Amino acid sequence: MIKSVMVMNTQGKPRLAKFYDFQPVEKQQELIRSVFGVLCGRADNVSNFVEADSIFGPGTRLVYKHFATLYFVFIFDSSENELAMLDLIQVFVETLDKCFKNVCELDIVYNYSKLHTILDEIIFGGQVLETSSIEVIKAVEEISKCSPSLSPSTCLSFFGPSTRPLLLCYN
Amino acid sequence: MAGTSIMETLFQRDLDDLIKGIRQQQIKESLFISKAIEEIRREIKSTDLPTKSAALRKLSYLSSLHGADMSFAAFHAVEVMSSPQFFYKKIGYHAVTQSFNDDTPVILLITNQLRKDLNSSNQFEVSLALECLSRIGNVDLARDLTPEVFTLLSSNAVRVCFKRLVENLESSEPVILSAVVGVFCELCLKDPRSYLPLAPEFYKILVDSKNNWLLIKVLKIFAKLATLEPRLAKRVVEPICEFMRRTEAKSLLFECIRTVLSSLSEYESAVKLAVVKVREFLVDDDPNLKYLGLQALSIIAPKHLWAVLENKDFVIKSLSDGDYNIKLESLRLLMSMVSESNVAEISRVLINYALKSDPEFCNQILGSILSTCCRNLYEVIVDFDWYASLLGEMVRIPHCQKGEEIEHQIIDIAMRVKDVRPALVHVCRNLLIDPALLGNPFLHRILSAAAWVSGEYVEFSRNPFELMEALLQPRTNLLLPSIRAVYVQSVFKVLIFCAHSYLLHKENISSVNTDNLASEVPESVFARMSCENSDLATSEAPASSEQHDSFNPRNINQSFGDLSIENGGDATVSNSQASTSASLGRNSFTHESIVNLFNIVELALGPLSRSHDVEIQERARNVLGFTDLIEQEILNPVVQGEENLARAETEASRVVKLMCDAFSEELGPVSTSAQDRVPVPDGLLLKENLADLETICGDIQLPLSSSFSLSSTPLGEAVDISRTNLQSKDETEPSHESTSLLAEHRKRHGLYYLASEKSEGASNDYPPANDPMSQDKLNDDAEDLLKLTEQSLAPKKKPNQAKPRPVVLKLDGDEISVAAKKPELKDDLLSGVVQDVLLGNDGVPSSSRSNRSENLSGKSKGKEKLSTDLSLETKENVPGEKMPDHVNTSSRRSKHRSHGKERRQKGQGKDGEEKEDNGQKEKRKSNHHRGKHKAHQRADEPLNVVAQTPVIPDFLL
Repeated sequence: MIKSVMVMNTQGKPRLAKFYDFQPVEKQQELIRSVFGVLCGRADNVSNFVEADSIFGPGTRLVYKHFATLYFVFIFDSSENELAMLDLIQVFVETLDKCFKNVCELDIVYNYSKLHTILDEIIFGGQVLETSSIEVIKAVEEISKCSPSLSPSTCLSFFGPSTRPLLLCYN
Repeated sequence: MAGTSIMETLFQRDLDDLIKGIRQQQIKESLFISKAIEEIRREIKSTDLPTKSAALRKLSYLSSLHGADMSFAAFHAVEVMSSPQFFYKKIGYHAVTQSFNDDTPVILLITNQLRKDLNSSNQFEVSLALECLSRIGNVDLARDLTPEVFTLLSSNAVRVCFKRLVENLESSEPVILSAVVGVFCELCLKDPRSYLPLAPEFYKILVDSKNNWLLIKVLKIFAKLATLEPRLAKRVVEPICEFMRRTEAKSLLFECIRTVLSSLSEYESAVKLAVVKVREFLVDDDPNLKYLGLQALSIIAPKHLWAVLENKDFVIKSLSDGDYNIKLESLRLLMSMVSESNVAEISRVLINYALKSDPEFCNQILGSILSTCCRNLYEVIVDFDWYASLLGEMVRIPHCQKGEEIEHQIIDIAMRVKDVRPALVHVCRNLLIDPALLGNPFLHRILSAAAWVSGEYVEFSRNPFELMEALLQPRTNLLLPSIRAVYVQSVFKVLIFCAHSYLLHKENISSVNTDNLASEVPESVFARMSCENSDLATSEAPASSEQHDSFNPRNINQSFGDLSIENGGDATVSNSQASTSASLGRNSFTHESIVNLFNIVELALGPLSRSHDVEIQERARNVLGFTDLIEQEILNPVVQGEENLARAETEASRVVKLMCDAFSEELGPVSTSAQDRVPVPDGLLLKENLADLETICGDIQLPLSSSFSLSSTPLGEAVDISRTNLQSKDETEPSHESTSLLAEHRKRHGLYYLASEKSEGASNDYPPANDPMSQDKLNDDAEDLLKLTEQSLAPKKKPNQAKPRPVVLKLDGDEISVAAKKPELKDDLLSGVVQDVLLGNDGVPSSSRSNRSENLSGKSKGKEKLSTDLSLETKENVPGEKMPDHVNTSSRRSKHRSHGKERRQKGQGKDGEEKEDNGQKEKRKSNHHRGKHKAHQRADEPLNVVAQTPVIPDFLL
């Protein structure tokens, strides 16, 4: 199963942290820090897999992908396929991109709840549920109809690197 | 009230404001957050749902990303969660899912809400509740809510969850199918055997499905099941090969490769195809595929090394890849290729590589060289001299931090491999003499080992004086006390060696001068000595010294200097036929050099005799006591008359000789089962407090005794022997009552202190202090053991005389490091049996052997199936063919247990107070071991079980 999903920026600030096993908050923060410690030392042209046994215990693996200013990190055990997880990160980011139109870090910062909604549609209790971004978006839109729309996700035109679209940079 | 609520709602900061605030960073972030939390604490108590939920939402955010504590809001989360409006409910669920665990007091309050939402008509509410349940579910929740979940699984509620799940395996809805296969994949990981009966369903999915996600999961399931049921393996191997040939998806391809390599490795053609595909991965530009390719190779390496060798070039090339993971993986593969013939070459390449690489990887390299070389008792090492120099080289690599391992191995090979000692002593001397190494704390443990080896095998030293200076150099104060104590002990040994050699020298001269008595040293006495150093051949000389010392004319004071020069000259002549290693050193055993040596020792150890560390203090005082005793009598004969002198010198030389004998006894490894063969004397209560002994021992005169050590290191033992010797030989030496009591106690119960076999043998040369019966018995047994183990390994390693150790031990890394402190012969009769079983095949570890037999059984089973159409006979044959495997595992198991025993013995060797503690620890450890074995056993069993399950053949075959 998938143990955890993290999104953090290149400065190590977490943008999303979801643990499918219960972890105390202090432990969560510690894990996020140690993951960042490993990731920030890695060059861009190297493999996307990291041996995470020392951080998460034996048998766990870590796959990450670097988009513009963000790291997307999936941590999972031996019942998942590494390359499939890499694909799943791509699915997740593509879904975000479709939801937010050229998603950038700022969208992710300000749409914390929506981010969780999207992720919950893809991964349910640590199991991959849906891998089609179209289906995911459909469900997310359904859900947001149930909610009083408080603030439409306006991409605040902030300066700085965090407005760089994630996917454009990658492709 | 309403007014404040409106005010709150109007002016409350929502999540976006919070995020903006954090981002603006007008004040310090942590300060901002704690202020925000204060605000939340106030707002969350509001009766207004929007205000409350907004506060909860902010809190969830802060908790998730900034580590804020949200346990105080547990009840509020329950309140928000029970809101009828989906938007708020979602916030509540999010908070509950994120923060609740078994320890949350209000967790049972949500049961009803969950039940309500699970039965909701709104699918999203159901999904919220399910997600929440999956994350925080505990026993109570599961018990209470299972019916609701079952209702969801099907319109007509079925009580048996499993059956319901199985029915869903035939679902045509891909999402449901993938979810249910995911569930089974998780279940299979935990206990694959239970799901064997479902193999036909999984097989159907494997053949029919086009969904890669699904196929990957099914492959994972089959990877588990195929190892349990060979017939299943045979069945799935073809479809999997078909996938490998056809599929475009790399993830599926890799999963197929992994399944074949890990679970279907007996199917040659499949493995070959998989290796071809691995090769494609390796040459790919994508580092991910490269990495996975290497990983696939390391899965297959133990079973099909050819696959690795085929890709050798690539593996070596990957060592310099930019990616740390790839480097690490290729290092592992490289080490798996090591064999007797190429170990030197590969190590050379790696050491050079380590010199250039970063500290982390450098130590990875060193660590893997060390662990590979010591595998199976240095199985791959033929030239131990080379290995000793390799160890020396490693120490000099600037980033080296492998102190503990190198320390262990230096001592280990010194004890086990006699032939390496001269070379090893030389290596150690080079290490000790270098003051720069003392500055690196990572290397201190290696220096400790080097000091020990130099002291223990000082007879191989080319220049003991130089060694002494190295041991006493001022920078040794950088060492830890425990290591310094080892240094002091080595100083003692070197000193005694020098004094002894010096005295021998004089004997030689005198015997040449008189009647050549020394040359007629009885050979039988020499034969008793187990030490192999050549210069001890003449060590019996002092025994006859009394006779000719009296008419020895050399003792006139003023001629001393001249004479010593003369002695030197003579020595060169007499030593020309002696061993070369010792001759160099002996040249310089002049009177001056000895005096000088004593002075250095006294100067350096003087301050240490007041050290705060008892170990150092005690050992330093031992040495100083010895120098006091010897120095006055041998080296300053000015004040004494000729007669006195002769007697005194005799006395001194006898002391020196005894000491030298004590030290020259080889410290050998101890059999793990030695302790068990010692009968427990009547009335011995090991658990009794030692203080009671005072009454028992009070009236007993302290006899001469060789004693056994409490200390776990061989060095400690030597100290004790020397100490009691001193006491007994020289009445003027202060004898502390407590010491004598302890010595007495040890004498009486000496057998229960672990000592090396050899030194026990030696103790028989002294006045017999121990119960001779049990002593002899022990010795005999130990010798039998030694013979047996030597025999069992003789054909394998003739030139090296390495003593065998059970194969098992290499599996538990920590256990090996324990052995460093008390090197022991990790062997017992059982390993001999295992060796016998494996006779004729050169050291294949038993695990791979058992694999082979498994393969064999798998294959022959296949054949039988062809001929007999799955008759009952096949099933009956299965357990029979598994027999060799079981034998192997059981012997492995018992070896583990005996290892545990050995450790328990050590526990007994410690102080009484520690005894119980240790015992318990050991018990826990051995329980742990046994637990592991159980798991092992379970893994072995399934085949039999499967043979009784008729389900699979019906569907599959």
